[in-house]
Amino acid sequence: MFDVLFETVQEGEEKYGSWLLSGLGWTVALAVAGWLVAFAIGVVVGCARTSSHRPLAVAARLYVEIFRNIPIIVQMFLWYFVLPELLPEQLGSAMKKWAPPWGAFFPALVALSLYTAARVAEQVKAGIEALPYGQRSAARALGMTELNSYRLILLPQALRIVLPTLTSEVMGIFKNTSVALTIGLLELTAQARQINEFTFKTFQAFGAATLAYLALALCVFVLMHWIERALRVPGTEPPSHRRARAKQKQRVA
Amino acid sequence: MMGHFDFSVIAEAWPFLLKGLVFSLELTAVGFVGGLLLGIAIALVRHLEVPIASQILGGYVTLIRSIPLIMVLFWFFFLMPLVLMWATGAPRPVQIGPVWTAFVTFTMFEAAYYAEIIRAGLKSIHKGQYGASTALGMTTWQTYRLVILPQVIRAVSPILLTQTIILFQDTSLVYVLSATDLLGAASKIAQRDSRLVEMYLTVAVVYLALCSLASQVVAVLRQRYAVPARR
Repeated sequence: MFDVLFETVQEGEEKYGSWLLSGLGWTVALAVAGWLVAFAIGVVVGCARTSSHRPLAVAARLYVEIFRNIPIIVQMFLWYFVLPELLPEQLGSAMKKWAPPWGAFFPALVALSLYTAARVAEQVKAGIEALPYGQRSAARALGMTELNSYRLILLPQALRIVLPTLTSEVMGIFKNTSVALTIGLLELTAQARQINEFTFKTFQAFGAATLAYLALALCVFVLMHWIERALRVPGTEPPSHRRARAKQKQRVA
Repeated sequence: MMGHFDFSVIAEAWPFLLKGLVFSLELTAVGFVGGLLLGIAIALVRHLEVPIASQILGGYVTLIRSIPLIMVLFWFFFLMPLVLMWATGAPRPVQIGPVWTAFVTFTMFEAAYYAEIIRAGLKSIHKGQYGASTALGMTTWQTYRLVILPQVIRAVSPILLTQTIILFQDTSLVYVLSATDLLGAASKIAQRDSRLVEMYLTVAVVYLALCSLASQVVAVLRQRYAVPARR
């Protein structure tokens, strides 16, 4: 079905399948690196959004508004095309001469991380706001600093609440990596397009890439589900699970 | 640095950019209306558990939601001519160009996302509503049209509107088909006059202003028309 992947590229040993694998590699590298940065920034900004320190909360709000309301492709263009022009002459031209793939990878990474971080921040904020206000008051009454009350009391609970919605953000960053093809990174979609242009076997080229994206989504789903279970506070599993287990016990008895 | 930032470039390009923006908005409107209607249909078929159709549509929704929009755009760009050739019996693939590809793709793509939102809304409706409608002698069609859907739409409208703001942002991806939306128009001028800084910053500011405004409106609507908590 996908025999084009095992055909060799004109006058060479290389197979088209290796193009696709290399694309897959860049997609995964960009998504994983982007997610780590986005999660770190997102948690900090999300906490700042709910902080009692007013200027901090306003700055965080501004960050979210800017990075969430500009399309990811435009943000990528800003980092890739516009930033080198605004930097001092030498630095700018050094950036422009930076050869692919890294010259495209880093602008894409910065754009994806900052964009996704704004979305993560909103989820984290929602998680913190879902907690009873008494949690915050109790932490302060115990003499905790604001930093400690976030670190020890609020975040551990809030992050568990938002874990299911974060799953869709992780899937989102994997899909958004495809935008990097517009600044010349040869990730999965770009490689599929390139194979199509060389061979005109559209169904096989795009079909293989589509299956790869489906497999990635499945991996993310399984991994996040596993993390969710591993981090669950004992005795707080969702009621449907509890009911199922109770039924099982009845049957055994 | 910012010294040679030239505002006259923007003023000169503005009519062309505006034309691009109008196309972005048209695409958003078509994606919203078409996607929502199709999405409601998909959600109903899945909610009523129509045999075979509900499994096929479930697979469609999962598939579309797992792959990037750019990939979907490429698929439709290559598939649509073949489908049309088959449907009209034409001797060779019927080329429809990037604009129509974009309209069809956004309708089909957004339908999958709206369907999931509507389906979540359908699940939140109390079972007694169906029983009461049946007791009043309503048909299934009347029950959904007059009782269930109005409640669902109202309950999920903030999420629907937020999704529509994302849709508006996503229309910028038709850049990969070389269509002339707001970003496409800007990039054409940027490349012709090598005015990348002015053009791309303008596009960013326009999107920022429109999307911030829209999300403020959604926030206000959410507060004003929120269904009071039942329980």
